[in-house]
Amino acid sequence: MMPSVAEERLAPRIVGVEFPFGHPFGMPRDRAMQRRTLELALHVLAGAARAGTRVDLDVEWPVPLREAYRSWQPKVPSPIVRRMLEARQAP
Amino acid sequence: MLVDSFKFLPRSFRPFYEGRGPFSGEENAVWAPFEKRLDESRIALLSSAGLYVKSTQPSFDLEHEQTHPDWGDPSWRAIPASARAAGIAVAHLHINDEDLLADPEIALPAHLLGRLANEGEIGGAVAEHVSVMGFQERTLSDWQSKTAPELAAHLRDQGADGLILAPV
Repeated sequence: MMPSVAEERLAPRIVGVEFPFGHPFGMPRDRAMQRRTLELALHVLAGAARAGTRVDLDVEWPVPLREAYRSWQPKVPSPIVRRMLEARQAP
Repeated sequence: MLVDSFKFLPRSFRPFYEGRGPFSGEENAVWAPFEKRLDESRIALLSSAGLYVKSTQPSFDLEHEQTHPDWGDPSWRAIPASARAAGIAVAHLHINDEDLLADPEIALPAHLLGRLANEGEIGGAVAEHVSVMGFQERTLSDWQSKTAPELAAHLRDQGADGLILAPV
């Protein structure tokens, strides 16, 4: 989901996907997209020659960015986000 | 195509993730060569979506997180490869769970992995995959002392040759 962060954390093998949070293998019920993602992960698992190998999946999320950006987020802010928002509003 | 890691992240959150480098004490990359062929290997999946089997397992502890926002439940659940979507629940306060509930394969594609095993692309899949809740306290102390060793023991018991970790 965030391959550059995984690189910073020194993950040994990384598959980058440009999908909204909550959807690491793709769209619900889109078996072709899910299969393409899983097969790439398997081949990076088995075929990477050295630590830090990163391969990004060349698939664009088929939902307009604004809609996708909104729809992955919880309906109610998580506790830590709520606390951050409250701190921001404090005088 | 080079993936933009921050495409779906609120802009103000980016500094919490970017430029932080490795965790303290983890400055050297871990590397284990994958020596078997895929079609001879048993594969396991790990999701951080907070999935659990609602008929037999407790939820992850979201009540405690509500009152302790820096804390996340460090426990884990074994998810049977045969579990049906209708039997899976989600406990994760940081994502919208509607798509996960509709199709848990987007986070833990156990049925798809089973199909790849039937087709001979991989040697097999473990009987029980693994789910954790991805929001964790920053020190990861419970993870290092308890969760990770338990997960490694479980995966060894399952005969896993390789693990796909899928953060949500």
